[in-house]
Amino acid sequence: MSTFFTIAVIALVFLIIFQIAKASEYVAVLKGEEKSRKENNKVNGFFMVSFLIMGLIGIYWCNELFYGKTLLAHDPASVQGERVDSMMRLTLVITGFVFIITQVALFWFAYRYQETDKRKPYFFPHNNTMEVIWTVIPAIALTVLVVIGLRNWFSFTGEAPSNALQVEVTGHQFGWTFRYAGNDNKFGKKYYKLIDASNSLGLQWKDSADLNIKDDPDSHDDIVLDATMYVIKDKPVKLLINSRDVVHDVGLTEFRMKQDAVPGTPTTLWFTPKFTTREMQEKLNNPNFEYEISCDQMCGNGHYSMRGVIKVVSQFEFDAWMAGQSPAYYGAYPDKDPSKKPLPAVAAADSSAKKVAMVSSKAK
Amino acid sequence: MSNEAVLHTNVEGAITHDEHHDEHHEHHHHETFITKYVFSQDHKMIAKQFLITGMVWAVLGGLMSVLFRLQLGYPDSHFPFLENILGKWWVQNGQITAQAYYALVTTHGTVLVFFVLTAGLSGTFANFLIPLQVGARDMASPFLNMLSYWFFFSASVVMLSSIFVETGPFSGGWTAYPPLSALKDASPGSGTGMDLWLIAMALFVVSSLLGGLNYIVTILNLRTKGMSMTRLPLTIWSLFFTAVLGVLSFPVLLSGFILLIFDRNFGTSFYLSDIYISGVGALPNEGGNAILFQHLFWFLGHPEVYIILLPAMGMVSEILSVNSRKPIFGYMAMVGSLFAIAILAFLVWAHHMFVTGLNPFLGSIFVLLTLLIAVPSAIKVFNWLTTLWRGNIRFTPAMMFAIGFVSLFISGGLTGIWLGNSALDIHLHDTMFIVAHFHIVMGVASMFGMFAGIYHWYPKMYGRYLNNTLGYIHFWITMVGAYLIFWPMHYEGLAGMPRRYYSYSAWESFKQFGGLNQFISTVAMIVFSVQILFLLNFFYSIWKGRKVTTQNPYGSNTLEWTAPIRPGHGNWPGEIPEVHRWAYDYAKDGREFIPQTTPVDPNEANH
Repeated sequence: MSTFFTIAVIALVFLIIFQIAKASEYVAVLKGEEKSRKENNKVNGFFMVSFLIMGLIGIYWCNELFYGKTLLAHDPASVQGERVDSMMRLTLVITGFVFIITQVALFWFAYRYQETDKRKPYFFPHNNTMEVIWTVIPAIALTVLVVIGLRNWFSFTGEAPSNALQVEVTGHQFGWTFRYAGNDNKFGKKYYKLIDASNSLGLQWKDSADLNIKDDPDSHDDIVLDATMYVIKDKPVKLLINSRDVVHDVGLTEFRMKQDAVPGTPTTLWFTPKFTTREMQEKLNNPNFEYEISCDQMCGNGHYSMRGVIKVVSQFEFDAWMAGQSPAYYGAYPDKDPSKKPLPAVAAADSSAKKVAMVSSKAK
Repeated sequence: MSNEAVLHTNVEGAITHDEHHDEHHEHHHHETFITKYVFSQDHKMIAKQFLITGMVWAVLGGLMSVLFRLQLGYPDSHFPFLENILGKWWVQNGQITAQAYYALVTTHGTVLVFFVLTAGLSGTFANFLIPLQVGARDMASPFLNMLSYWFFFSASVVMLSSIFVETGPFSGGWTAYPPLSALKDASPGSGTGMDLWLIAMALFVVSSLLGGLNYIVTILNLRTKGMSMTRLPLTIWSLFFTAVLGVLSFPVLLSGFILLIFDRNFGTSFYLSDIYISGVGALPNEGGNAILFQHLFWFLGHPEVYIILLPAMGMVSEILSVNSRKPIFGYMAMVGSLFAIAILAFLVWAHHMFVTGLNPFLGSIFVLLTLLIAVPSAIKVFNWLTTLWRGNIRFTPAMMFAIGFVSLFISGGLTGIWLGNSALDIHLHDTMFIVAHFHIVMGVASMFGMFAGIYHWYPKMYGRYLNNTLGYIHFWITMVGAYLIFWPMHYEGLAGMPRRYYSYSAWESFKQFGGLNQFISTVAMIVFSVQILFLLNFFYSIWKGRKVTTQNPYGSNTLEWTAPIRPGHGNWPGEIPEVHRWAYDYAKDGREFIPQTTPVDPNEANH
């Protein structure tokens, strides 16, 4: 019922506006076109300059309201992010300056030069000096921005430092799978046709004659995880990005980084986290804070729910966490899992590593 | 009625299309309803067909945005009445479903970009203005021109029908990136919905090519005596470059679509490789590259932005000059910057792909070329500002929208400098920042250009005026609303909020904008309803508007105002007028305006 009333009210408002507009046109015709045009002109000229003033106030107010909710309000969480933010601030100053000048000129001219009988418009078809000035000045400003931008771009997209922690990220509808190289620091080979319920990435765990695939021992110690990945504070991390189905995008808002996940075409990105998750929670005074991975490329009806989490921890915490992980291989082949033998947990991890290393050296 | 009498007393019957003594009419066949209004070959009628079809799409596309904004603004509210109207596929428990949300977002984008702002804007005004402003009786090939409309119409029908198929319309975003768009198992919308989407788009490309070739040929070959290229109004220049852009880039899009059709239906692997779909298993396709489609798509996709924007720029230049009562400042610079934009439009497509794993060196070239576009854009803005300076401005509704266009073009153009710089784009790519950017600079600004054009040339189209008061209401609410919707949206982007999200409630980083989203959605609804008011004004005025009583109501120089108030097929009774000067002799030598048809006085100053 309320819907019906809302629609009725809207229709009524329309009707009233329409009637007023019609009436005002009759009045205009009776008054004479010349006169009513001048009146309209005055009103709209005034509105133009009011719009300018209210608009500038509105921009200030909007900034007051929302600046604190943006990422610019706190320190970026990566070394790269600092450069993004400082570049963004410079760009804001330059474009903001041009914005104010041109908008003020536009609405002020509109107001100032509204039609009067007193003024003769000025015949001013061109002026080469002026045109050269406003070709050259933007060109110079843009050159500055391009130089800064490209320096950052090459630094962001350049090779990751050799000590970087490598993590493989694979997107799928609708979630993220992470892979660590394990103790041998080598990612084993994988092939997408091997993917099944126990092998979500298709790691090459055994010979497969019909696919012409050989067992890759490097893959036996690879650690595969869903939803949450761990990285180390102040240590560069390089993501090797894949997709299992459609194009996704690893969006790392807090780190100011982003890279598509393309099926069949691996991509990379790297960054250096500056604060642990816990430090950020304290900084932002938000105990629920997490570094979230958002999918930033339309990937299907569950796109909005494709969430991952990056835990940034200290080296010590990371090592302790890593020690508790067991290779995905043992999930598929529990009988080969050395930790199933009665041994203390930490020792088990160590010995399993040795065993895997031995196995892999034998295989070669 | 006395009111009617008031409105129409001043009508002079002197100059109407009823003058039958002209030679052109004599050998013209008798027109039936079908040949005059349906399968018309008159460019003016075809223009109106494009316009009205575009309006229908604008209403549908706008309504779609209202629906998905309802979800974004009021994620916790229930609207049971929508369920009754739209059905369970779209609305469940009074809430828009995720599949419906993505279908709406996708269709909104496709429809607004192609059907409204390409066909509705450039289709309308290229058809209407080119013959009238260059001094031609019609297009070079009126028949192809008619076909162009009917291909667009059939594209519209197919696109519309895709909304009603069981698995829903295509819902993978208007850019239709494969593999999502190629695999019906990846998204239900990529089934029949995508088939129809592709057919509709292919028909649309045909329509656009037929139209574009016609526009180019007409502008190059059918200019009247004395109308050299440098005497053309800027509208024609902009429509010319628009047509060139379309003719050179739409075929590339079609080729991309054809490969996609092969991948979808014939088992090829142009875009597909290494894909495992949950619930289906591994696909046999290997060796393709999904990024190839993005290159083909954006090779059209970026020029498309200018296909949308250039006609608006041209019309705004003309309207600003006429209503400032002074010449456009820097005519040659305006033509040159249009040319520069048209060339650069082909060289910047990969700036949509900075985060696809593009080679960084290649990326750097695209940064350079992208930011280079800011230079001709800046020239245009400064020239428009100088055109207003020391003018004698008449605020007709068309002029208001033209000024609004410049304001929006500045606002949206400047954020382009942020996004064109790849290092910043990494951060802002696919966030609400980019949604704000392109809606302001391409969507709303071009809409403003279109409104300006409609208000300005309505008297020429229908021989009647639109209601001015409604025009002013329309302008101010739309102008204020556009800024209220899209300005704060930049802040959402600066918080990293991704676009095309059905719901942000599960995200710790993005859920702080609930109130703002509600505000934006509410304003969007108000702005949408004001557009309905404009449509009422439009259709009411076709039959009931104040009649145009003078041939040249704005005191304008261009040729269309030398034609009768309601020009017949053939535009001018008798001879086509001869042109002696450029289109912008306003305020020259103390004369208010000097039409292009006025011979140059030997004593006249040289500009």
